[in-house]
Amino acid sequence: MLCQECNKRPATLHFTKIVNGEKTEFHICESCAREKGEMIPGTAGGFSIHNLLSGLLDFDPAGKSGSAGTPPAKALQCEECGMTYSQFSKIGRFGCSSCYKYFDSRLDPLFKRVHGSTSHVGKVPARAGGRIKVKRQIADLKRELQESITQEEFEEAAQIRDQIRELEKGIAQE
Amino acid sequence: MPNLRFTEKALSDWMRSDAADSEIVISSRVRIARNLQHVPFPMLASNEQSEEVLNKLSEVLQYDDVHAFGDFHTLDLIDIDDLDKRVLVEKHLISPSLANESRNGAVILSEDESVSIMINEEDHLRIQCLYPGFQVKEAWEKASAIDDAFEAHVDYAFDDRRGYLTSCPTNVGTGVRASVMMHLPALVMTQQIGRILTAVSQVGLTVRGIYGEGSEAMGNLFQISNQITLGQTEQEVIENLHGVVLQMIGHERTARERLITDSRLRITDRVMRSYGILSHAAVVDSKEAAQRLSDVRLGVDLGLLDGLSITVMNELNVMTQPGFLQKTFGEDMRTDERDIYRAQLIRDTINAAKQS
Repeated sequence: MLCQECNKRPATLHFTKIVNGEKTEFHICESCAREKGEMIPGTAGGFSIHNLLSGLLDFDPAGKSGSAGTPPAKALQCEECGMTYSQFSKIGRFGCSSCYKYFDSRLDPLFKRVHGSTSHVGKVPARAGGRIKVKRQIADLKRELQESITQEEFEEAAQIRDQIRELEKGIAQE
Repeated sequence: MPNLRFTEKALSDWMRSDAADSEIVISSRVRIARNLQHVPFPMLASNEQSEEVLNKLSEVLQYDDVHAFGDFHTLDLIDIDDLDKRVLVEKHLISPSLANESRNGAVILSEDESVSIMINEEDHLRIQCLYPGFQVKEAWEKASAIDDAFEAHVDYAFDDRRGYLTSCPTNVGTGVRASVMMHLPALVMTQQIGRILTAVSQVGLTVRGIYGEGSEAMGNLFQISNQITLGQTEQEVIENLHGVVLQMIGHERTARERLITDSRLRITDRVMRSYGILSHAAVVDSKEAAQRLSDVRLGVDLGLLDGLSITVMNELNVMTQPGFLQKTFGEDMRTDERDIYRAQLIRDTINAAKQS
């Protein structure tokens, strides 16, 4: 049987994909398979995102070397829903919102790899949002403060510092 | 008794309208994932907990600010038989995982089917807006407004640093997945598609087949969506997708113009052959149907075929799916039988459209 992609080389890989009871067969050669890697069902393309994630999550250099400071990943457990980190790394899904808190020490590298970032900058729930918006404002002002100090604009820096103090006082009073 | 109106016809009301760039962009969709505070995510929630979530979120519908978005109908998945569930999946109104795996799962549908709110899917709440043509910004605005209305009545799981907390780490942050379904036959025919899709994936977007994760691109249909939900604002995500899709529309248009100027005869022949097969064949499998329908759709867009409309083509895309075929012909059929009914349905639809 010839490869259905190139019609030149003999087909060496055979796949059967069944979706909703509909059967589709694929017969392709290795070189086309490599080229079209993503398109082949059952491999990369048919691979669930959770399988892929668990590959990333199992990566645990600190745990293996037993370095001090961060707790070994395997020992982490969510006290709210009972999910352990190793369960999480197998299924690639959190059990509840508190898992984010209990696994926090392990999450930055994962988020960095999946999203290229570790912090949210988007929408904030309106009711809980007031405090969060002020916090963001403070963070922005602190950056500005640093900037004006570097530029030796001390008068402006003093103004920004007062603004920050005012906002921080507001948060503390809540 | 479940409201079966939603599974009895192939087209949602919204599909019947003429929409922006609809000769290339079939539909635009935005989904927002949210969870309630202090309740385990659906996968771990007990039966009582997921029932509580369902009750709580259904209650929100009674408030005027949510009701302002139109009349909603709640369908409990437990009341719906498997075939109807499959039809809802084929219409993109629910996800396969809500149909198959959810406990106390439900879907709340707006009258025109442009809004579908899934409860107890992977997350407690998934608000989806599905619009015809290229309207990703409009879909985002509507979904976000509905999100605000829900948020006024329930406490979402939210964290200062991580944003909206979701069951899967790939949705955390904004919880927003925006996607656009495109028909790109000219880019496929001129072999530019590979290069373009590689470029798309380099700017944080991903391309999938039309039924989501793991499915193939059938009939030259591609779904482009954002991959990143953390570290970008919703506006950035929507703008980024919007900008890339706009460019792809441009490339597809140029490729179509080139096809029609450089190889008019060849392209006409291809469209007409596919049209001939669809209007006369006795057996058509799903793969062939997808490819031939793509050719005919292109023919309609290029003005090479009279009498058929994009609406009819949209309808055929949905109606030739397995669930719909069984729904129409009322039988539990084997694959080979399905191919016969599919051919019949396409023949009848095309002939009826031609005569009207």
